[in-house]
Amino acid sequence: MFVYYGKGVSGGIALGRVTVFEREHKQIRRDGVEDTTLEKRRFENAKSKAHDQLSKIYEKALREVGETNAEIFNIHMMMLEDDDYNESVIGIIEKQKVNAEYAVSVTGENFAMMFASMDDAYMRARQADVRDISSRLISCMSEENDDKTETENNSIVCAYDLAPSETVLLDKEKVLAFVTSRGSANSHTAILAGSMNIPAIISVGDELMQNVKDKDMMIVDGYSGRVIVNPDKKTLEKYEKKQNEDFVKKERLKRLKGKDNVTKDGRRINIYANIGAVENVGDVLLNDAGGIGLFRSEFLYLGKEDYPTEQQQFEAYKTVLESMAGKKVVIRTLDIGADKQADYFHLEKEENPALGFRGIRVCLEKTDIFKTQLRALYRASAFGNLAIMFPMITNDWEIDEILSMCDEVKRQLDDNGIPYGDNIEIGIMIETPAAAIISDILAPKVDFFSIGTNDLTQYTLACDRQNGQVGRFCDTHHKAILRLIEFATKNAHKNGAWIGICGELAQDTSLTETFIRMGVDELSVTPSNVLKVRQRVREMKIE
Amino acid sequence: MKSFTYTIKDSAGIHARPAGFLSKLAKECKSEIIISKDEKSVSASKLMMLMSLGVKCGDSVTVTVSGDDEEEAAKKLYKFFTENL
Repeated sequence: MFVYYGKGVSGGIALGRVTVFEREHKQIRRDGVEDTTLEKRRFENAKSKAHDQLSKIYEKALREVGETNAEIFNIHMMMLEDDDYNESVIGIIEKQKVNAEYAVSVTGENFAMMFASMDDAYMRARQADVRDISSRLISCMSEENDDKTETENNSIVCAYDLAPSETVLLDKEKVLAFVTSRGSANSHTAILAGSMNIPAIISVGDELMQNVKDKDMMIVDGYSGRVIVNPDKKTLEKYEKKQNEDFVKKERLKRLKGKDNVTKDGRRINIYANIGAVENVGDVLLNDAGGIGLFRSEFLYLGKEDYPTEQQQFEAYKTVLESMAGKKVVIRTLDIGADKQADYFHLEKEENPALGFRGIRVCLEKTDIFKTQLRALYRASAFGNLAIMFPMITNDWEIDEILSMCDEVKRQLDDNGIPYGDNIEIGIMIETPAAAIISDILAPKVDFFSIGTNDLTQYTLACDRQNGQVGRFCDTHHKAILRLIEFATKNAHKNGAWIGICGELAQDTSLTETFIRMGVDELSVTPSNVLKVRQRVREMKIE
Repeated sequence: MKSFTYTIKDSAGIHARPAGFLSKLAKECKSEIIISKDEKSVSASKLMMLMSLGVKCGDSVTVTVSGDDEEEAAKKLYKFFTENL
């Protein structure tokens, strides 16, 4: 039995036999040929065959994952028609008198290298596309080419990496899950997988692919990112049970997809999802959340060597906004400090970080970093329904400073003729007792509040939730917290603002009724809890 | 020879999709169409080279059209840029 860990990008549990899926990495042989006309004809035939395949894939993707995600295959078709690419292939065949496969493989590699060296992440990602079309052309030249995606029934597909076209072509009826050794920096695969409803784990490491064989027994736990190869009997039984429970629960909840979040007597509430990375968007859609209530932007900053550029941020925000196709996406600006640190920020070590330099305080001091993020956000807003949220507010003048910086950014964009959305909501986190207590002063300045119950609890009750010794003093249902939430809700509504809850309390179904009675407009929960909360809403009666 | 300079307003720059349409349009014209940014120049009918220019939002590009149908082609291209980029 071997256990590997990766990043679960699509939830669910699968037990099955492995199918190792390797792109035909078979060495492309360089064969001398006499008849270069024949090789050129083979290349032309492969091109038209590849074109047919791609237009079929495009149609399939269009039906299954929508136009934005399908667009990539249109681009592949255009790349097949590129003059330089074609001239390079023909040139190599003619000058070197070699087989078409070799000419395509060399050309593909050259163009991939060209894109690999560009400084724009979007363009760098195009190298995968050049490789994808090149290997498609090569396989179109072999005798028995049909898109090589036949998989055995009930198999778990393991690969080093999956090209977008391969993910779409996987036969969902036969595949139980997929696991890749590498993470695709370009998150297409993760998003596609999520929307295809297959448990998926990425970034498991190359070791997995080196050790796993066809027909190995495997357990994939998309929730925890755990991959178990050839499990012992006890583990297998444990997961069989877990899978059954998961199945029953999912089936029950699945029936709630597409249903309203409405109580028996007609009270409605929005249920959104919290995410912390672009690749979680698939999970949001899969679980039928009405929007994203909290998108933590820290993933762009943490674990990096240097500040993310405006362009990198813009691309990430744009991907999420486009994938959500017009549903609301609340992006929270950088919330760093306290337990979340990145070396290049050079934040001083603090004696009491929870009460220190963190959240909006960092942004209001390091305004360059903040304005870069705001610019990226405003630029991305042209691609969807964006709301921007600011963390750790304690004073009303903080909002004034933020708003004047937003105006400055908008003016710059206007001057450069760069478009941005005209209906961007601005909101703040209510996660300090101060913010809740002066919520009547804050509400007129913003469009919405979102209550971060984790920090609000810790600051209100003077309890560190990680400290086991104060466990019984840290009552998350404490009246002080509930009163603050109720107070903020009243003040929001009095001033025409809406209010949501995005901390852990939002998914505590023992409080759902309390929140609805208070008049809370939105609950934002982890994607896997959306349907659970919906179920609770639909079984209650308020009057 | 006809030429014009255009500042890109599309927030994603000349990314894969508009580059694809642009190269298609350029192929339909008889004239030779060159797109230049800074010191680099590429033929507009070549998709991958066009993408490799890495033209971003706010960048200025110069479009040079020379050939039999340059008058008409330059108009078409200008229209394409203003409507799509």
